[in-house]
Amino acid sequence: MSDTKKMNLTLRVWRQKGSQQSGSFKEYLAKDVSPDDSFLEMLDQVNEQLISKGEDPIAFDHDCREGICGSCGFMINGNAHGPQKSTTVCQLHMRQFSDGDVLNLEPWRAAAFPVIKDLMVDRSAFDRIIKSGGYISVNTGNAPDGNALPIPKVNADEAFSSAACIGCGACVASCKNASAALFTSAKVTHLLSVPQGQVERERRVLSMVETMDAEGFGACSSTGSCSASCPKDISLVNIAKMNKEYLKAAFNKKPETNLEEGV
Amino acid sequence: MLNFFKSSVGKKYLMGLSGLVWAGFVAGHMAGNMTIFISKEAYNAYGHAIVSNKLLLYGTEGALIWALITHVVCAISLSFSNKKSKGAVHGGSPNGSKGANLGSTWMAIQGSVVLAFVILHLATFKYGTHYETTVDGVVMRDLAKLMIEVFQQPGYIAWYVVSLILLGIHLSHGVRSIFQSFGLLHPAYQPIIRKAAIGYSVVVAGGFLSQPIFVFLMN
Repeated sequence: MSDTKKMNLTLRVWRQKGSQQSGSFKEYLAKDVSPDDSFLEMLDQVNEQLISKGEDPIAFDHDCREGICGSCGFMINGNAHGPQKSTTVCQLHMRQFSDGDVLNLEPWRAAAFPVIKDLMVDRSAFDRIIKSGGYISVNTGNAPDGNALPIPKVNADEAFSSAACIGCGACVASCKNASAALFTSAKVTHLLSVPQGQVERERRVLSMVETMDAEGFGACSSTGSCSASCPKDISLVNIAKMNKEYLKAAFNKKPETNLEEGV
Repeated sequence: MLNFFKSSVGKKYLMGLSGLVWAGFVAGHMAGNMTIFISKEAYNAYGHAIVSNKLLLYGTEGALIWALITHVVCAISLSFSNKKSKGAVHGGSPNGSKGANLGSTWMAIQGSVVLAFVILHLATFKYGTHYETTVDGVVMRDLAKLMIEVFQQPGYIAWYVVSLILLGIHLSHGVRSIFQSFGLLHPAYQPIIRKAAIGYSVVVAGGFLSQPIFVFLMN
C-alpha cells in the first residue's frame, strides 16, 4: 500500500430501481479513497458501506476490469468513462481526481439503451446490430493455416484497429444524438477490410444501418465526441467508410442479396 | 433507393449535398459582391449581368430553392429524431478532451438564424426598393444605392455581423462534415480538411462582412 494521501470525494449517483421507475441523483461520500484505487474499486468500497448499513448497493456493469471486455462504463461529470482518454472506467484510477471533488455518476443516456438499474443499461441493441450483419460466411471445422489467405498488412492493420471496438457504448453515450454510427461503422470497416468479409459486404452494411436506425439510435452529426471518448480510439474515418459503403450498396444492391426474404 | 433516403445515413448525404450547393453559392455571391470595392457602376453592372442571364439566374435559383427546402426539411426531421434518440441528460455533457467539436453542437440554432437572415436579406435586397440607374447607356437596377442606404443603419450592420459570424461557424462544421458524410475522409487528409473548412468559412464570412462595413465607412 502506498503512503500517498487519501482523498474524500462526494458522489452524486443516479439511483433508479428499474427501467419502469423514475430515477434521481443521490449523494454519497467516498471516504479515505486511495489514489491507487481504480474507479470501480472505489465504488466497491462505497457499496460495502451501503451493504453494512443495510442499504441497496449501487448497481454498475463490470467484468474483466482490465479494459478489454466492454462491460463497464458510465458517465462521470458528463464524460463517458471519466476524464481520461483511451480508458475504460475500470482502468481509470482515482489519481485522476482531487480531494474534495464532486462527481456526477450517470448511466449511458440513449433511448436505445434503457436503464436496467442505477448505472446499468441494456445494450442488447448493439447485439441486434451485430446479429443483422456483423458476421462472415466461413466453413466450420479446423482453423485454417496461418497466412493461407494472404491479406495485405495495411488491410490487416485497418481490420485490427476497427476490431478493437469492445462495444462498451461510450460512443452512443457521448453523442448528443445517441448515434451508434461509430460502433456500427467499426464493425462494418473491420469486416470489409478482409477478404473473408466480402461475401456479405453489401447486405451487411444495408442491414446493419437499417437495424441501427430501427433500434432508435440517432444520426451522426460528426461532433467527434464519440471518437474522443472511445476507450479504443476508434477513428471517425470508419463512419466515412460506412457511409460510402452504404451509398454504394444502396445503389448496387442486387435483388438476391436481400436477406430479409425467407428469414 | 427510397430506403436510402429514409435512413439516417441517406439523410446525411442529402444534408451534405444541399449544404454543398449553398456553400458553393455563398462563395460565388461573396466574390461577386466584391465589385462594390471597385465602384458602384461595376457593382450594378455585375448585378445586371446576372439577372440578364435568365438560364443562369433561374438555374441557380432553382438549385438554391431545392437545396434550401431539402436542407431545412432534413434538418428538422433529423433534429426531432435525434432528440428522441438521446433522451434526458442530467449529469452534464462531454467536456474537456472528450468534448464535441465547437460549432457542431448547435448547428440547428445557427441554421435557424441563417435561415431568418436569408429571408430578411431577400426582402431587403431582392424584393427591396427598386432604384434605377444608367451604366454605359443601359438602364439597370441601382442596387449600390440601396446597399448604401441600408448599410447606413448601424442596427443592420450589427445584424449582418452576428448572422455572418454564425454562417461562418455553420459553414466550418458543415463543410468539414460533408467529407465525412460523403465517405471522403482519409486519415492522412483529416487535419487538412479541418483546416481547409475553417479557412473557407473565414474567407466567406470575412469577405461578406467586409462589404457592409466598407459601405458604412465610405459613406
